[in-house]
Amino acid sequence: MTVNNKRASCVVIGAGIVGNSLVHHLARLGMRDVVLLDKGPMPNPGGSTGHASNFIFPVDYSKMMTELTADSTRQYKELGVFTESGGVEVARTPARLEEFRRRVTTAKAWGIEAEIIEPGEVARLVPYLDPSVIRAGLYFPAVGVVDSLRAGTLMREAAQGSGALEVLANTEVLGIEVDRATRRVRALRTTAGEIETELVAICCGVWSPRLAEMAGAHIPLTPIVHQMISVGPIPLFSETAGEIAYPIVRDVDTNMYERQHGGDLEVGSYAHRPILVAPGEIPSNEEAALSPTELPFTQEDFDPQLAEALELMPELLGDENVGIRYAINGLISMTPDGHPVLGETPEVRGLWSVAASWIKEGPGIGRAVAEWMVSGRSEIDIHESDPARFYPFQQTRRHVRARASEGFNKMYGIVHPFEQWSLEREIRLAPMYAEEKELGAFCYQTAGWERPHWYESNAPLIERYGDAVMDRPAEWDARWWSPIINAEHLAMRESCGLVDLSAFVELDVTGPGALDALQSIAVAQLDVADGRVVYTPFLDQEGGFKADLTIMRLGRDHFRVVTGGAHGMADKKWILDHLPAGGSAQLCEATSALTTLGLWGPQARRVLEMVTDDDLSNEGFAFSTCREIEVAGLVALASRISYVGDLGWELYVPIEQGARLWRALYEAGAPLGLVPVGIGVYGTTGRLEKSYRAFGSELTPDYDITEAGMARPRVKSQPFIGKQAYLRQRESQPAALLCTLAVDEHATPAGERRYMLGGEPILTREGERITDSKNRPSYVTSAGAGPSVGRHLLMAYLPRQLAVEGERLLVGCMNETFPVTVVVAGSRPLFDPENERVRA
Amino acid sequence: MDLLVCLKRVPMVGGRIGLLPSERQIDTAMLGFTVSPHEECAVEEAVRIVESQGGQVTVLTLGPPEAAEQLRDAVAVGASRCLLLEAGGKEWGPMATARAIAAAAEQAGPFDLILFGNEAADTADFQVGVRVAHLLGRPVATGIKSLSVESGAVTARREYRGVEESFVLQLPAVVSVKEGINLPRYPSLPGRMRAKKAVIETLSPAYSEEGLSMERLVVPKVERRRAAVLGEGREAVGELVDLLEQLGILA
Repeated sequence: MTVNNKRASCVVIGAGIVGNSLVHHLARLGMRDVVLLDKGPMPNPGGSTGHASNFIFPVDYSKMMTELTADSTRQYKELGVFTESGGVEVARTPARLEEFRRRVTTAKAWGIEAEIIEPGEVARLVPYLDPSVIRAGLYFPAVGVVDSLRAGTLMREAAQGSGALEVLANTEVLGIEVDRATRRVRALRTTAGEIETELVAICCGVWSPRLAEMAGAHIPLTPIVHQMISVGPIPLFSETAGEIAYPIVRDVDTNMYERQHGGDLEVGSYAHRPILVAPGEIPSNEEAALSPTELPFTQEDFDPQLAEALELMPELLGDENVGIRYAINGLISMTPDGHPVLGETPEVRGLWSVAASWIKEGPGIGRAVAEWMVSGRSEIDIHESDPARFYPFQQTRRHVRARASEGFNKMYGIVHPFEQWSLEREIRLAPMYAEEKELGAFCYQTAGWERPHWYESNAPLIERYGDAVMDRPAEWDARWWSPIINAEHLAMRESCGLVDLSAFVELDVTGPGALDALQSIAVAQLDVADGRVVYTPFLDQEGGFKADLTIMRLGRDHFRVVTGGAHGMADKKWILDHLPAGGSAQLCEATSALTTLGLWGPQARRVLEMVTDDDLSNEGFAFSTCREIEVAGLVALASRISYVGDLGWELYVPIEQGARLWRALYEAGAPLGLVPVGIGVYGTTGRLEKSYRAFGSELTPDYDITEAGMARPRVKSQPFIGKQAYLRQRESQPAALLCTLAVDEHATPAGERRYMLGGEPILTREGERITDSKNRPSYVTSAGAGPSVGRHLLMAYLPRQLAVEGERLLVGCMNETFPVTVVVAGSRPLFDPENERVRA
Repeated sequence: MDLLVCLKRVPMVGGRIGLLPSERQIDTAMLGFTVSPHEECAVEEAVRIVESQGGQVTVLTLGPPEAAEQLRDAVAVGASRCLLLEAGGKEWGPMATARAIAAAAEQAGPFDLILFGNEAADTADFQVGVRVAHLLGRPVATGIKSLSVESGAVTARREYRGVEESFVLQLPAVVSVKEGINLPRYPSLPGRMRAKKAVIETLSPAYSEEGLSMERLVVPKVERRRAAVLGEGREAVGELVDLLEQLGILA
């Protein structure tokens, strides 16, 4: 078939579960002239959908993935291709049983039915499982299997039936044309001719990086092997009707699963060595013996798993008459952080990535991305999957391969929420990194930066502050944590702390159009005097949070936007996308040109005065202002703001002078009790005491400014994105309000003291799950110590009637409940409520 | 009974075969390896004989160290002893191969019955079995689709140009079998466990350069099938009728 001089409003490449779902939802939302093409044949073009094991466990580890999985399950059910079987994870180790206690609690936060059951009960559900090798099961009754190929076909045909879609099978993309001036997609060259279009969605799974490269964009994922065998015929299964009659088993401690598939049992493994394949090496449909993504089985990689499978299901798998009838090295996609890659690529406008999805998320992703394409916003918040989140170094082949290798065996692993990667470290180093290491910095990695989370050199402070450091006796609660963090916090509050903020992203927006451009996206008034520092959210059209950052006005036509490393690239894209055509405003990223040090605490002024002659008094340097000052023979841009709730400044200097600034402040401050302070304080303890919110935790597109308790008395007269929604929100009663809660009792009935880390459900006094009138559950968005208030603090959105100071509730943790009290309803700081310290 | 089955490791190819730039080897970067279907049937046949009459099945291959994989695959479905003749990176023609196998069979045997696949899946020389039989001075039957062993003799049957031929060979003998003689079993999990533990005995046969050798490989051109659209709706009827008449479907 040839399609010369064709025009399409959107071309979707790839007819797997994702592409089929996307075209269905685009058509449903009213888009016409959509083209779906695939280089393979229909209905199974040879991608990963075709060999998927097709089972769905509800997800409880990430809000986004939980919602996408739940939405996909709903869609599969509507299509009539879902069979409920139940599923059970089995624990072989004590650590796993602990993990089940955590999981059953987080499952409750998301409204997922889950129950810890005895081995005998597991064997009752799965009669071919030997209960003597397990300690317990975690049973999910809502687990099921789907027919993903059928679902894709139904969705594709629905779109065709509505007249919105043309399907081109056996059609390969040869090139993606991009307009140089606008950086926008212009056309696709295919084996069936050229198609003019300004919207292209790459839904090509393991092939996606190659398609993106055609347009000069990046989709950082790698094909990786997941081994699966199918054994049969199993006599027990011949007595059952349909595809599946017994619950799916995940033998998580051996990284395997076993599921009935008709007369066979499929055994899949994530235990073998990571086997990575370059997207360019995948064989074509013609070359492949089975399909391009069903590579030859490598027996030696699977062999070590046989004994463990036999141990769990000895009678069924030990039967000499039951044979391995099918065995593949199936290719799946893995990204550096395990999340999908969903959204417009930052490099090319109109080029969308819809890649690295599993069967369990496919239809949900199709719907969310279609909504985002058509209306600029999706009902399910998928910002964590934005392709703009990756820095260039994270797009390199080496980085992708390293992270995929490290992540692969964690698929069924017990992963701590703060667990750090071990490969590809020391990518971005602050200029004072050597000094920090000397002080025993324990680093977390953020956006490639090694960021000291605490300093071992501060260990002696633990003794000084005694019980006030709130040590955590349970190993899990104290993993990737140190009581030194709380000691640093107390030392900062008593004297002064020096914080490395090199991971900040600085975006200089300049030019005569700069003010108008930023005004059009910022909630706060930016037409302020030079030298003012403005804190502002950015909103989406519906008034949900898009970003949360500070902007310094450095001159009439010069603004410096400062945002966090983790969201910096997405914020950069948002600003770039809203700069005026014609070039009257430019964005220049200054992150790698500048380093930032934070100096905060009651002694901060005295410390800084020792190395500067500038007037730092309240009159000479007011809160919320910035200006250049001389510090130790350097010119530093000083900005008097605080995210920790104490007097002090952020100091920006050219990056090569950062080490000198660090040493100067450190030496000047030491006699006054200055200590180096890590991000454990800056990002958690300092802000929680002050009720300061964090983007991504409290501030997400799901909640609005009034719900976050951050509405200002006035709304600026200028238009900005989300203003109409914001005005509406101000007029109506918010469905929920962000609160700070304090834990009243940490001891379990068994006498163990436990500390919440985030993600736990907030429950009524009767232990019931709480949701607001928009059906959003109350869960812990951030958790951490408040050493200066002597309490463990939790932030959570609560329905209005419960958002009352003094309200007593429960928090779920480790399958127990703990009493908590609402100590702040809204954004009033718990510590220093009048902000006297900040304005000292 | 002691049986020997000879196997050859070959790439498991799809529809289109790629060559390395040297044009002397198939590009196997993304391919798995297997043995020919004839050889799979030979293993199955040997295992069935041992299951009914006792004895053991030895499997042998001449190839690279990786060919141990094919020997283990045979163990997984019932073979019990493995001989790997090291090819040493050399190209072994059918004459050299037969000489190596015959020597190994004498050294590691005696074997009552040596089974081959009718031909190798890659080179299809159709002669190694015959040559081995000749070197060992044994009777041989080829292309066999049915086999039975009784009182020191093997009865081998095949169909040739519509006529069923039946041979009785006194043991020791050599037989090459064809796909279809049986339906090979799949390996069980316990079978795979035995395969994993199997000991591979290696032998280093003397290499001799004789007979045919390979110059280079050529992938034959395959006519790409084309579909012609005769027309749509009523307009297509005339041409369609013409075509059906041409094909003799309509008189």
